[in-house]
Amino acid sequence: MKYLRNFTVTAVEHLNPRNILLRLTDPAAPLPDCHPGQFVEVKVDGSDKTFLRRPLSIHFVDRVNNELWLLVQMVGDGTRALANLQTGNTLNVLLPLGNGFSPVQQQGERVLLVGGGVGVAPLLEYGKYLCEHHATPIFLLGARTREDVLQLDRFKQYGEVYVTTEDGSLGEQGFVTQHSILQNSTFDRISVCGPKPMMQAVAQYARKSNLPCEVSLENLMACGLGACLCCVEKTKKGNVCVCTDGPVFNINDLTW
Amino acid sequence: MANICTQIAGLQLRNPVLTASGTFGYGTEFADLINLADLGGIIVKGTTLHPREGNDYPRMTETPSGMLNCVGLHNKGVEHFCQHIYPKIKELPTRVIVNVSGSTIEDYAACAARIDALDRIPAIELNISCPNVRQGGMAFGVTCEGAASVVRAVREVYHKTLIVKLSPNVTNIAEIAQTVEDAGADAVSLINTLLGMAIDIERRCPRLSLATGGLSGPAIRPVAVRCVWQVAKAVRIPVIGLGGIMNADDAIEFFMAGASAIEVGTANFIDPTASVRIAKGINDWLDSHGCHSLQEIVGCVS
Repeated sequence: MKYLRNFTVTAVEHLNPRNILLRLTDPAAPLPDCHPGQFVEVKVDGSDKTFLRRPLSIHFVDRVNNELWLLVQMVGDGTRALANLQTGNTLNVLLPLGNGFSPVQQQGERVLLVGGGVGVAPLLEYGKYLCEHHATPIFLLGARTREDVLQLDRFKQYGEVYVTTEDGSLGEQGFVTQHSILQNSTFDRISVCGPKPMMQAVAQYARKSNLPCEVSLENLMACGLGACLCCVEKTKKGNVCVCTDGPVFNINDLTW
Repeated sequence: MANICTQIAGLQLRNPVLTASGTFGYGTEFADLINLADLGGIIVKGTTLHPREGNDYPRMTETPSGMLNCVGLHNKGVEHFCQHIYPKIKELPTRVIVNVSGSTIEDYAACAARIDALDRIPAIELNISCPNVRQGGMAFGVTCEGAASVVRAVREVYHKTLIVKLSPNVTNIAEIAQTVEDAGADAVSLINTLLGMAIDIERRCPRLSLATGGLSGPAIRPVAVRCVWQVAKAVRIPVIGLGGIMNADDAIEFFMAGASAIEVGTANFIDPTASVRIAKGINDWLDSHGCHSLQEIVGCVS
């Protein structure tokens, strides 16, 4: 079931000069059921230059406080307008959209969650879900610099966290696929969200290591409902909508 | 309550609001969010005789007050529609119209003939104006000869209400409209998207895989209102107006320009409830202006 709701902004946390954490609540009703890896489409008001909604991953669902958290990177006029929201403002949200990450396959499984930049967004909710279902999430977060590593303390609540930065200012220097944890530990499967080159590199690692792997895509989209057919990804079944057949795909279904 | 029942040739509509092809899927995608019974009808995604993969990604880019798309008639073909989609949508509580497109005249006719056999599809919208396919599509809709030949071929095999969707990418849209009227169209709908282009200046390449695409959204509304106004004066058949309608006031402009019904398209992407909001808003506008029926304002701007 999908909903169109007016949420109230409860907090706007500025995490670094480019990223904010938007915390929203629905004063009228409990948040709908959301699967980890699903996304929302928010309406951007007060931005003359933008027109379409903005798709954003569900970062975290706080059932106790009835809060939905969205991690936003300011990349254009729309996301900058979102960063200007104030506590008490209203945001119109279409949710929940898409398929989400795989459910737990077996108790105690070790799932490597690899995130790059703002692509870490859906992994917090997924990590929480895995913990709650007796699986073990291990986070591997990549960023350009220390400042770009988002929500580190919050990830640590749910499992071990390993970090790579391109300049070496935090964790190991280099890309996520170069981190020593990949040699020193074993995993049952991998879930990835981040820039496409990073996801492709991790997919290549997963194939080589014979590990199941799913990736969360963020193709440009308009409706989020499977109506406009704009966000297509070429798969082994042909062009499919990322918004309804994804955003999460098993790498075996892609043509990468 | 004003009377907003609408008749497009043999097609009876509860209200004058239709959803534009390619912006509303098959209606079911929006069923969680609106009551489909509040719509005049749904025009489903462009359907072709054979399956089409559409164009490569990226197919869409946002533009000032609108968007460009080059989806390219991505659909699974008319046989898939008849076997797998029609059974799911034939009981929807609104009129379902199928948008028909093709690469050749024979394809258009064969696709239309197949849909003619479906009891619960009272009309088709013939798309001779898609700007995003290499063969057919808009090529037929930009000349009088091309438009007439497709419409004549389809008219021979299609016996229900035949709506022809016109392209604004022409010198004289009224002339094309008159031609399709003479060729047997029961109504015309206009406008399809305007051919446009956007460039990524950092990467020095087009933003769309096909380089060009169709511009839609409020950016094109004044062009659409002008086209409807010109066509409504030139033909006797009903005119369905579309192009950047975001709210009821926008829709009223189209009625005043001569449209008997309207289609809501790109607005569905920003507000999935736009179509029903507009239908209610039209009613409210008529009531607040003392109009007893929609007919009172259709074509009132001469």
